[in-house]
This record gives sequence, structure tokens and C-alpha cells, in this order.
Amino acid sequence: MSEKIYIFKKFERFWHWSQAGLIMFLMLTAFDIHGTYTIFGFEKAVAYHTNAAWTLVGLWVFAIFWHLTTGEWKQYIPTTEKVVAMIKYYLSGIFRNAPHPFRQTTLRKHNPLQRLAYLGVLLFISPLIWITGWLYLFYDHWAAWGLGKLSLEWVATGHTIGAFLMLIFLIAHVYLITAGATLTSHLKAMITGWEEIH
Amino acid sequence: MLRTFTGVVMAGWLAVFASVPAIADDPPPVKLNSTADHTKFKELNGPFKSGPEVTKACLSCHTEAARQVHRTKHWTWEFMNPENKQKLGKKNVINNFCISIPSNYAACTACHVGYGWKDKDFDFAREENVDCLVCHDTTGVYSKPPGLAGNPVVGAPIELPPGSGKMIKPVDLAKVAQKIGKTSRDTCGACHFSGGGGDGVKHGDMDTSLAAPDAAVDIHMDAAGLDFTCGTCHKTSSHDVPGSRYTPTAQDKGGAHIRGKDEKQRNPATCVACHDNAPHKKAKESARLNHHANKVACQTCHIPAFARGGIPTKMVWDWSTAGKVDKDGKQFSKKDAKGHVVYASHKGDFVLGENVKPEYRWFNGEITYTLLGDKIEKGDKPTQINRIGGSPTDGKSLIWPMKIMRGKQPYDPVNKTLVTPHTAGNDDTGYWKNLNWEKAIETGMKNSGAPFSGKVDFVETEMYWPTTHMVAPKDKAVGCDECHAKEGRLKGIDGVYMPVQHNNKLVDAVGWMLVFLTLLGVLGHGALRIISGKKS
Repeated sequence: MSEKIYIFKKFERFWHWSQAGLIMFLMLTAFDIHGTYTIFGFEKAVAYHTNAAWTLVGLWVFAIFWHLTTGEWKQYIPTTEKVVAMIKYYLSGIFRNAPHPFRQTTLRKHNPLQRLAYLGVLLFISPLIWITGWLYLFYDHWAAWGLGKLSLEWVATGHTIGAFLMLIFLIAHVYLITAGATLTSHLKAMITGWEEIH
Repeated sequence: MLRTFTGVVMAGWLAVFASVPAIADDPPPVKLNSTADHTKFKELNGPFKSGPEVTKACLSCHTEAARQVHRTKHWTWEFMNPENKQKLGKKNVINNFCISIPSNYAACTACHVGYGWKDKDFDFAREENVDCLVCHDTTGVYSKPPGLAGNPVVGAPIELPPGSGKMIKPVDLAKVAQKIGKTSRDTCGACHFSGGGGDGVKHGDMDTSLAAPDAAVDIHMDAAGLDFTCGTCHKTSSHDVPGSRYTPTAQDKGGAHIRGKDEKQRNPATCVACHDNAPHKKAKESARLNHHANKVACQTCHIPAFARGGIPTKMVWDWSTAGKVDKDGKQFSKKDAKGHVVYASHKGDFVLGENVKPEYRWFNGEITYTLLGDKIEKGDKPTQINRIGGSPTDGKSLIWPMKIMRGKQPYDPVNKTLVTPHTAGNDDTGYWKNLNWEKAIETGMKNSGAPFSGKVDFVETEMYWPTTHMVAPKDKAVGCDECHAKEGRLKGIDGVYMPVQHNNKLVDAVGWMLVFLTLLGVLGHGALRIISGKKS
């Protein structure tokens, strides 16, 4: 019989799902703006993308506040402990129904690979997207801000690279939802807050 | 005679009334357009037997008017480009419509602001040769038919062209003279709407639909709205009309300016002269739109198409197919479904266009003409009748909408020059009558004082016409998506980064490859899990 632990609090789940929705919508509008396909067309896609981005900024303000006040930010401190074990598990153990090398607790809800991945998103992909995104958004003011030398092409290309990296993260992330104790245990945890563990 | 007598009596009565102090001294109920009622001037009673007679009457009060006109290119048809020292003006340039003016003066000078320019010996110094009426007529009855060297028909009706059976009625010059007033869309349009020899032919952004347009055709000239005349923007003083097709203002960095200020340096007919360099104030994305205006001419977004008034403009004129005759040996013409001529024996084939999306080019206002005597090569690329300057980095250019007139026209393959054929004229060599290029070009080139080898071939040509009139209402401006799209309007324009158009191909390729590999990875991983799960 498996046991259940409560790992995702109400705000965290709200944050996660609204962020997931926004990021997917940003992705949808992003590649519309990029010209990969046309759903809304450039003008509307830009407007939607901008609004979604500002909404995400608002959400992040709350999320950062929440992480700082609850101390939950510590969940993202990287560790080398069991990293190799995790890699081995994903490369072979998972196919042999080997036990998961990491045991979740309320205080350590992310496995070491997750910590690294999220930290990577936090320290690399997000800053890349946010900095280039904001610059892009305020392109009209560069000269006034003394940034006249900046190249729109470089900023735009940086933003595009960020988008590709985020898409790659999203694909891996969505897949790894299924790599919990059962196929749906991670998903259920993010919906109800309760994770089933062995 | 009786009419004149009545006129004199009427004028006499008017004079009497005018001299008696009014008892009820109420001001007139409507604004008076002018400080002078020209019907009150005995000088204008006529009868006038010719245009110059009218002008003499005008000059008896407006003593310096003709001398003012004499300084302008409306009079000289000459213009020295101060930048490249090219001698331009209608008298000198060659285009790819009716080609050139020398040897065709009597026809072309129907649009000269003068009387009697029938050949190269016209006296430009005579003051009474200035035609005041053509610009200042308010009756709409004054006209100067081609063939009369800029003279109106006076006295008896005449048949024009001779032998055509078309009778042209004379104009009562006294009546026109007494009713003169400010210039109007009609007077400017009498020539400028019909550049290239017919309504809308040349410019694309000017045709008779601008005589009384609605807002959709021209927001400024909208007859039921702002009701601008040409002179509202082309604010004229001393008869010298500002604005130029030879030295256009491609980028006006000077902001809005009060009328009269810097008048000598600044062109008052630019958009910026009134609207300023940051004109978008109420729109949602004002800052972004204003930023666009650093690279994009106002006209590019605000004139979504030209020839929008229901009158087509010529886009292609192929002279090389001219000269065909029907089985009776007579000239003929072909019309399209709307009744517009698309082939004429004496002119060749035309392609017409309505609601034409402009082409776009970086443009800094510099225009260099290929003039008579300049060497040209017949090759893969069309000969440029006028070459425009412009680049994204010269600090003077904006992306401009253009009508690019294309065509094939005769040239001298031995001397390798454009030619100035004698087209109009009821004589033995005029092409329109005789359909013989060699004779027509020989006469024309002789008149131009240029050598002609006797050989004729045809060369493809292109001519640039920056589009600036027919500004649409703001809600009809070109939307973002029309340029920011794969096949957008600005496709091929370099020097600006536009998402979609200028995506980094390497980033796209590597990006999608990594996305694909990730997808493949997770699917493979998942598949292995399913397979291994079944085994266990």
C-alpha cells in the first residue's frame, strides 16, 4: 500500500497551473509572431503575447514573495547528492521497475535532477527571456535610455533562443510528469497537492 | 455687341450702387472670398480676342505677377537640380509615357501656364504670354485643348484635331476673367490630374477623383470634410509653388512648423510640416508607431493603395507594339471590360491598375535622370528613367511607397541613347499620324539637337513615382500584419529587422532540430518504458 504526502500547497498549485497556461499561450503567440504559423496574425499575436507576459510578471511578483516568505526557495538549492543515481534511474532503472532513488518529502519535494533543471530555467532561460523580452517591449525607448547602440536583431534572436529552450524544457517536463511512482501520481500531486509514494 | 452693352450698363449700375453709402450698413451674411470683386473692374469688361489680352488687363493692376511667374518652373519648364547639377524640367526630361516634349510643343504646352509656346523659339520674356486664367479660373469653362500651344479657343468654334469632326466651343474670356479667384483642386487638377496625357495616367495618386473626393479617397481633400485644396499643403507665395518631384523631401526631421517660419528652407507640403515627427498620440501603440516613423515614411502606412478613386492609372506602357493597323490600313484601339483603352495603334499596349499596392524602396530624395545623350545599355535590367537614392544607413532615407512605371520605348541602338520622337502633330512625320518611327525620331532628335543613327530598337524602362497623395483615413492605414508576414509588403527591404522577414535561419534550424530531438527522446524513452513494462 502506498502512502501519500502533502507536497504542493494551494498557492503553489495555483501558481504552477496559471504559469503553465500562460507559458503555453506565450509559446503559441510567440511562434505566431515568429511567422512559424498564423493563428492570430502578427498584430494580435503581439498584443496577446505582451498582455500574457505582463500577467506572468504579476504572477511572479506573488510567487517570489511566497517563496521568500515561506522559505520554499530553498527547494531550488542544487545538490549533487543522488544526481548520478537519478540519471542511472532514468537511463535504465525505470525500465526495470527499479525503485525510485529519491524519496520525496515535504521539505525536499524535487528530485536532484529536477532541482538542477529548475535552477537552470531560473538562472539561464528565464533571465534570457525576460531581459530580451523587456528590451524588445521597450524597443521604442532604447535611444532615450541610452541604449541606442543595441541591435534589435540580436535582442530578437536572443529572445527566440530563449523560446526554443523553454519549448524543449516544456516537452521534457511534460513527459517526466509520467515518470512518478505511477503514470499519474505527479499529475495528481500537482492537482490535489497529495503525492503518492511507494 | 448687345451682350457687351448690357455688361457695361450692369457694371455702371453696380458702380453707382457701390458709390452710394449704404443706409443699412450690415456686413454681408457670408464671408467674402476676396477683397476685390473683379466684375467691378472695367479693365475686365472685354471683349478679349486672345489670352494675352486678358493678361495685359490683369497686369494693369497686378503689375509684378507675370514677373513672379517667370521665375517658376511652371513657366520655364526647366529646373536645375542643385545637388547633381542635372538640367531637368518638363522641357528636358524623358519619361516612359509620351516620352518627351521638344517637337511636340503645340500639343504638350496645353498644360503650360502661358500662351503660344508652339516651338523652341517661344518668347519667355514677354509678360503677356503668362496665362493667369488657367490657374485662377473659377468657372470651370476655361480650357486649353492640346494642339493650340496653350491657347484657348476664342471667337468661333474650331475643329480639333483638324479633320476629326470634333468641334470645340470658344471660351468667353471676359466672363472667366471677371470670375477669377484662388486656385482650386480643379485648376491644379486641369493639368496635374491628367499628367501623361489622360485622367490618372501618370501619377496614380492624382486623378479627377480628387476634384471632389470623399474621405476614403483622400482624408484631407474630403469635400464634405477638411476640404483641402492643393494649395493648403503646397502653400504658395509669390506664385512659387513649393513641393518638387525633382528634389522631393524624403525625410523631414524638422518637426511641425508654423506657417511662414523657415519658409525658404522648409517644404511646407510634407506630412511632418503639420503632423510633427511623433504624430501618433491617441493610438494604443503610439510610441511604437512613432518609432516606426523613424524608418518608414508616413505615406507607406497611410496610403495603402493608389488609384483608389475609381480611375485606373497606367502601370505599363509598351510602345514596341504600336504601329499595327486593321485590314483597311486604319488605326484602331482595344478597350477592356470597363471601356479603358488597353491598345492603341499610335501608342501601343497598356496595362492599367486600380487600387494598386505600391512597391517600397529606401528613398532619400535624390533622383538622377537618364537624360538625352546619356549612354544606355539594353540588357537584362531595364533602363532606369530616373534612379532614386536611398539606403537604410545614410541617415536621410525612409521606406517609401512608389509607383514604378514600366514600359518599352524606342531608343537608338547605335548611339545607345534614349530618343525624343515627334509624336503629336498633323504633319508628315508625327508618329501618331504616320506610324513611322524612323521619321518621327529623326524629326524629334533634330528638334532636340541630338544625333540619331536612323536605327530604332526598343528598350525596357522603369520610372519611379514616389506616392504621396490620396492619404486614407487612419482606420484604413496599412495594418501591422501586412508587412509583418512572410509575403509582407516590405519583403526584400533590407536594413531593418522585421520578425518573420529576417529571422535568424541558423537559430531556427538548430532550435527546431533540438526540439525534434527532445521529442524523439521522450517518445523513445516512453516507448521503452511501455515495452519493458509489458515484459515484466
